[in-house]
This record gives sequence, structure tokens and C-alpha cells, in this order.
Amino acid sequence: MTRRELLILGAGLVAGCGERGRGTVTGSFVGASHDIGHLLRGGAIPAPSRERRMPVVIIGGGIAGLSAGWYLSRNAFQDFEILELENEAGGNARFGKNRVSAYPWGAHYIPLPTKESRFVRELFEELGVITGYTNGEPIYKDEYLCFDPQERLYLHGRWQEGLVPTLGTSDRDHEDFERFREIVDGYRARHAFTIPMEFSSREKDLLALDSVSIRDFLNSRALSSPALHWYVNYACRDDYGCDYGDVSAWAGLHYFGSRNVDEGSVLTWPEGNGWIVKRLREKLAPHIRPGSLVFRVGDDSVDYFDVQDKTSTTIRADRIIFACATFQARYLMEKSDGIDAFEYAPWMVANLTLDAFPEQRAGAPIAWDNVIYDSDSLGYVVATHQSLRVHQPETVLTYYYPLAGVSPHSERERLLKTEWQTWADFILSDLSKPHPEIRKLVRNIDIMRWGHAMVRPRPGFIWGEHRRRFTHPVGRVHFAHSDLSGFSIFEEAQYRGVIAAQWVLESRL
Amino acid sequence: MVYALLVSVFVIASCGLVYELIAGTLASYLLGDSVTYFSTIIGTYLFAMGIGSYLSRYIGKGLVARFIRIELMVGVIGGSSAAILFVVFAYLESFRLILYAQVVIVGVLVGLEIPLLLRILKDKLQFKDLVSQVLTFDYLGALAVSLLFPLILAPRLGLVRTCFMFGILNVLVAVWTTSLFRDQIARVSSLRAQCVAALILLMGGFAYGERLTTFAEESLYTDEVVFSKSTPYQRLVLTRWKDDVRLFLNSHLQFSSKDEYRYHEALVHPAMQWLKAPRRVLILGGGDGLALREILKYPSVESVTLVDLDPEMTRLFSSNELLRHLNDNSLRSPKLKTVNADAFVWLGDNTDVFDLAIVDFPDPTNYALGKLYTTTFYHLLARHLTDDGAAAIQSTSPLYARKSYWCIVKTIESGGLLTAPYHVYVPSFGEWGFVIASKRPYSVPQVTLPGLKFVSSEQLPGFFQFPADMSRVDTEVNHLNNQILVRYYESEWHEVSQ
Repeated sequence: MTRRELLILGAGLVAGCGERGRGTVTGSFVGASHDIGHLLRGGAIPAPSRERRMPVVIIGGGIAGLSAGWYLSRNAFQDFEILELENEAGGNARFGKNRVSAYPWGAHYIPLPTKESRFVRELFEELGVITGYTNGEPIYKDEYLCFDPQERLYLHGRWQEGLVPTLGTSDRDHEDFERFREIVDGYRARHAFTIPMEFSSREKDLLALDSVSIRDFLNSRALSSPALHWYVNYACRDDYGCDYGDVSAWAGLHYFGSRNVDEGSVLTWPEGNGWIVKRLREKLAPHIRPGSLVFRVGDDSVDYFDVQDKTSTTIRADRIIFACATFQARYLMEKSDGIDAFEYAPWMVANLTLDAFPEQRAGAPIAWDNVIYDSDSLGYVVATHQSLRVHQPETVLTYYYPLAGVSPHSERERLLKTEWQTWADFILSDLSKPHPEIRKLVRNIDIMRWGHAMVRPRPGFIWGEHRRRFTHPVGRVHFAHSDLSGFSIFEEAQYRGVIAAQWVLESRL
Repeated sequence: MVYALLVSVFVIASCGLVYELIAGTLASYLLGDSVTYFSTIIGTYLFAMGIGSYLSRYIGKGLVARFIRIELMVGVIGGSSAAILFVVFAYLESFRLILYAQVVIVGVLVGLEIPLLLRILKDKLQFKDLVSQVLTFDYLGALAVSLLFPLILAPRLGLVRTCFMFGILNVLVAVWTTSLFRDQIARVSSLRAQCVAALILLMGGFAYGERLTTFAEESLYTDEVVFSKSTPYQRLVLTRWKDDVRLFLNSHLQFSSKDEYRYHEALVHPAMQWLKAPRRVLILGGGDGLALREILKYPSVESVTLVDLDPEMTRLFSSNELLRHLNDNSLRSPKLKTVNADAFVWLGDNTDVFDLAIVDFPDPTNYALGKLYTTTFYHLLARHLTDDGAAAIQSTSPLYARKSYWCIVKTIESGGLLTAPYHVYVPSFGEWGFVIASKRPYSVPQVTLPGLKFVSSEQLPGFFQFPADMSRVDTEVNHLNNQILVRYYESEWHEVSQ
């Protein structure tokens, strides 16, 4: 048992036995093994004492790694192993569960997959998310589509339905939104942006969008509505963890232009994408080796340290899928030229357990996604929203906060140095704007710190040479991660995993 | 001293009458039928007073101390009688037993008072003066209170506080008498202590007793509130005006006892009469036991499962005398299995199949309730029906909420079930709609069950005819991810209320 686990257990016991004083909130940091990760740099790992062979090794059990394993397994290839650092696979899509509800620790929804997202649709058919097709359009299981009401925005002291600001907006705002919509529709007609992004058009004027920020793009088109700027910035912070001044116009427009407009619906579960993780973990259980810290990736071998028995092993492999965050190549591989091009946004995600729902005040009733205008956070998602219960007394809210400052490095430092109590106060004071009584309702706040949550699609990265170089296999190693697409979404992670698996299958081991 | 005691007579007389008036008022207030309750309570009370007068002969020594103790008892028992009756009405089954027991006890004690006072005063006045003066003050007290009670006390203070106030007056008489006769009675300090204890008790009741009756709430309802309670799930309020008892859940009317038979006969019998000897029945919602009452009229029914979220609903309707009378004791039927659970979750977890499902949920006034009218819900419901089975579903008003009603019909159909929409007129609700959902086509049956007040073979075919102002309109299908029904419902009822 680690010291952290002991502390969590202790906190749990205290919370369970002692009577909670009014307004006192329990909780702790959970998850991501920063300490173990740092062993890599500290040199405290013993040299390998054992050696074994495994045809295919997948490093990292996030969505990319699990998808690679899923695809191999689906194609009757079983000679692979997934090495996962944490106790449980799942990466950004991991989840937690308490007495009240399951809840996500990161990725929490998937938009309805586009036609190009072939493998996502295949996975969804296998998992019963897609139950059939009418006229080529998938039929989704109702319980997995986000229930209505989906989104609301707290603006001028009132909740409004939807995230496009409408309260107190002017004709100018409406015109700008309309013009922006027309611009996006124009790109959509050209199939400029697709998911997976590899299928996007390569026309020069489109790729040129990658060299400016989406903020500069809006200004260059004389779109100056503050409401539109807020909305686009919110979208960038939400999907990319960055301020829209740091996001390339290509990536920014991709967010709006890659999906069907009329399909506003998303797929979601109480535990977010953890629902998919859970099913993939079950399917791949014999292949997954948790608590395995990979510390060297050679041309045909992988060295890992077993966190449990404190020994190191070398695996000789014919194919290696490097499915952990791409930047790790810097520490694991001898050569990783161009890796500095990969920059990452840190995130703080908190799960708040509430004794009761916040009071229903002015405006729209509580939705799945609840956003506060002009807050640095992204608001909160209600984990119990997909519950079929009519009466839901307690709930869990998942609070998202991207540390979207200019320097990811100093933001990461801020993330790790800030005490739990300070974060808890920060969250509660943010939420007390729409919910003045929030401190009385919250029983527990657990916080996950993601040092490298998302790759940053800053101008020049997506269509620059470094990202593209890492998408090609080098010898026996193939990278597989949404990092290679330039932004962190489920479909891209799955696509990269499947592509690497196809590469393995083509080699006919 | 004589006049002091005569003032006491005045007070005692008014107190005695107040307890009688309060018992009568409360009984007719909570149970209705005021003529019966007033006359039986007055009769019982007078008879009990007679017993008290008779028993006074057995009191010999220590007359004054006895009198003081009796005053204290009248004060405490009589003073708290209204509060006790309110609590008993909500929580005990034998309301009437306790009511008459109280009337008897207070009557006996009050019957003792005047004979004892007469004996205390007998050496101080001549017999003719004694009788004339005591009885004069006695009747004056009665007059005073009979005017004050309906004009000032009941409307201003409420029954519970009025009652406690007169209890306090009884105790003050005891206090005064103690001090007047302090030289003639043994153990004065013990009596004084008892007086103080009784005073504290009654004053506490006076201060806090108001919470029992929630008069503040009455302004919300046209009729008098006879019971109200907030459960973790909803606010239950029962009102009554004459013999009309109404139940409100979160201030939405659920039924009026005047015409609920129309609603419940219409909900149950069109489907029941069509089914051939249904054996297993499911009721979702309907914790009032009124639909169940109709179901139990069929001898073929072997078992009924009633799923209602709120245990307080089923408890109240299976224990309160008045409500048990309404549902004919249906919630105590040995055929019944009551489950207090979330209906959607229960259907998902349970695999039983039924010949008939009665779906009697509150209207889709919010997104939480809206879930119970979605394709997902009806899919799940269909899995719990036998191939020959049916579901009868309350579906709001096709007149006031036309799109909402037809949206429910369309949603049921999109789940693969056949529908037979129908409507009836329920005066307290207006035009009301239902849907029979089944796997084989429904045909209007003959009504063979005797003793119905509303549904009949002649009337039934008309239920299924919709005049132009509520005929079918096209709507969207209600899914969990669009909750279009809640939006229709909100805008339609919003228009009605304007």
C-alpha cells in the first residue's frame, strides 16, 4: 500500500465513521502516478534481471492502446501484451465510482461518429451502442444518447438553454454568429475537416489555416462579437485545453466543421468514456499487465519495471506499438528528434459528491453540461444525468478546469504545487456564482491532476513536419496516440490504435 | 373568596364548552359529516359529564386539593386534545376511537368540577343563592365561549392554539384556587409544582402547536388542509370541503373523492373488460389504492404488484380511516404486493410479466417525470406484458394538452405497441385522456362487471371517439434525448393557465 492509498483509505474511514461537521468537505488527490512516473527521471530503477519474448508489445493502456488490442483480438491475433503504468487501464477515459454514482475522470462523451469513423461504428456495433441502421444511418440505443436537457449556460445571473449565448446579446452578435456559421458551412461543403483528421482535404488554402490562431482568424474576418469570441474560446478550452489564441485556426474550425450540424446529440454514460474502457478492459483482460513502468524502448525490445515486485524485465518483441503519450519517447527512446514539437496542456478534474442537487433558480433547469460564462473553468457535468431514476436525491458533479495559460510548463508547476484545499476552495468559489449554497451541499471533492492531459494544437503543429514524422513506423516501432492527430479526442485515439494494429496484421507475424 | 370562586365557575364553564366545540369541529373538519359528529360528540360529552357528576359523590376528604388536581387534569388533557387529534389523524388508524375516548375523559372530569365547587361553596352561601349564582356563571361562561369561538378564536388562533389556551386557563384556576386555600390544604408546594409543570407543558404546546396545522398552506388551497407532509419524494396535501376529499402531490391535484370513480373506472375497466380473465396485474404509481380498488373487483385477479416511489403514500392510504374508506381497504388486500421503488429502475431489474399494467404516473411536468413517457420506458414496459396483455396509461388531457396527449400515443406506437386512445370527462380534471397499449389489436368489449357507476357497455364505445377539437395531431416521438413531451406539456398548460 502506498502512502497515497493509505491517506485515501484514511480519509474514507474518517468520512465514513465520523459525523461530518456542517460545511466541511472531505477529499484528496487521486489517480495519475506522478511519483512513479518521476522514477523514470530519477534513475532509481534496477537493470532488467529477466528476459522473455512476446510477438507484439503495446505500451500504454489508454484508448489508443486498448483499441490496438481490440483490433488485433478482433482479427484473431492474440500474441500481444499491453503494458500499463497505472493500476487500471483507461488513460484519459478512466473513471471512478462511489455510493452515489459512477463518474468520469476525464473524457466523458463521444459525438455521434461520422461516416469516416468506421472503426468507432464497428466498436459501437460490437458493444450494442449502435443497434442497427436505417437508410445507412446508425440507430443508437436511447439510454446511451445524452438525455435532454443537454446543455445550459449561466449568463447575467440566469441559466439559459444551450451554450450559444442568447441572453442579452445584440443583433451584431447574432450577425457574427450567422456569418461564422456560413463560413463553417462553406468548409463543410468542401469536406475540409473530417474525423479521423487524416481524411481531411489537403488543399493548400485549407492547410494554410494551420499557420494562424483561430482568434486571429476571427479578427481577420471582422468577426468581433464578444459572445462569439467567448463561444469559440470555450470550445477550444473544452476540446484542446488551450486558449483560442494558442489554437490553430485549422484545429478551431475542425471542431465546428467536422461533424454534422443537425446531429447535436452525443453519446455518454455516467462514467463517461470509462463505460467503453470497462468493456474493452473486460475483453482484453488476459492481455493487460497493469503496474508496468516501461523505462526503455529499443529497436526490438522493451524494458519495464514491475511496480509490485520491484523487478525489471526485458521483452523481445517483433512489433512494438508505442501507445502512451508521444512525448514519453524523449525518456524512453534513444532517438526522438522533433519530440519537442509536442506540447501538452495540463488539466485539473474534480468529482464533487453532493448531498442534494443545487436549488433550481432563475432560468433553465439543470442539464447534463452546465457552463458558467466568463469562468476559467468549463463548468460541470452531472454524472447522474443518464440515470433512469425519477427521484435522484444525491449526485456527483464532474468539474473540468484546463490550465490554459500561455506556458504549459509553468501551468503544470501550478497544477502540481497547489494544495488540495486551495483547489477545493477555488472550485467551490467558482461554483458558488450560480449556486450560492454549494458549500452546504458538497460532501467530498476528489481531484485528479493531469500533467499532460492533451496535446496542444497550436499554430503550425498539425500540418508541420514533426507530427507527421511520428505517424510513420520506424523499424519495428509504430506510434499510436491521439497526439499524432494533433488533438485529444476518442475517435482519433481509436483510429491511431487501429492503424498500428493493421500495421501489425499486415506484417503477418 | 366567594366571588373568586364564581369567576372560576365562569372560566371552567367556558373551558368545558370549548373542548366540546373543538372535538366537534375537528371531527367534522377531518372526517366530514358535521351533523353526525357534532350531535354524537355533544351527546357523548353531556353523558360523560353526567357520569362525572355521579362520581363526585365518592369524593370525600380533601375536597379542595381534589378540585385543584381535577382542574390540572382537565387543563392538560383538554388543552392538548386538538393537537393530539391532529397527530392521531395522520399516524394512527383508530382516529374515531381516540376522539370519543378523549371526549369521554374530558367530559367526566368537567362533570366533576361544578358539583365539587358547589360543595366547596356550600357553607359560604345559602342554598338558593348558591344554585342561582353558580348556574348563572356557568351559563354565562358558555355564552361567552360560544360567541368567541367561531368569531375570534378559531379563525385567529386556530384550533390547536385555542385549545392550549383554554387548557392554560384551567390551570390558572388551579393556581388561583391553590393560593386562595393555601392554609387549608396539605402539601401546597407539591400542588404548586404540579401547576407549574402543567403550565410549562401547555405554554410550550401553545407556542409550537401551530406547526401541526400549517395554516400558512391553506391559502394555497381553496379547501381546508386536513393533512400535509413533506416526504423525501414529494409534498402530500389532503384537503376536505364537506364530503369532498382531495389529494395534492406537489400542489397538483391527484383526485377528488367526488368524481375519482370516473377517473379510476375509466383507467381500469376498458382494458380489464377486454382481457380474458387477467390474473397478474401491475400498477405503476397509484399509491392511493384507488385503481387497485377497481382491479380487485375481478375475482380472476390472483396477484397485484403495486410499485409506488413514496412509502408515505402507501402507508397513509393503507392506515388512515378516511382514505381506507375511499379505496375500500384495497391496500390491505392479501393479493397485493407493495413495492416502494423507482418504477423505471424496478422495471429494468425485474423480469415478471403481467396480463395488465396500469400506468398512473403524475403528468410530465418536469424532465425527471418526462422519462416515464419515453420510447425507452415503453420498450421496457412491453417486455413485462404477456402476448395477450395490455397496459392502460394515464396520458394527460387531450383537450388542454392536445399535442402532449397525442405525443404520448405516438411514442407508445413507435415502441411497437398497438394503441387504443380514449378519453372521458372527470369534472375536477376536465377532459382526460388514457391509452390502452397492447400487442394484439384492441376491440371495445361489452362491460359485464356489475355495480359500476360510470363505465358501461353503452358509454364505452363513445370513449374512443375524439371530436374535432381534440382529434389526433402529428407530433414528434418522445425520446430520452429530446424530451419533447415536457416541452409540449409546458407550453400547452402554460397557455391554459393564462
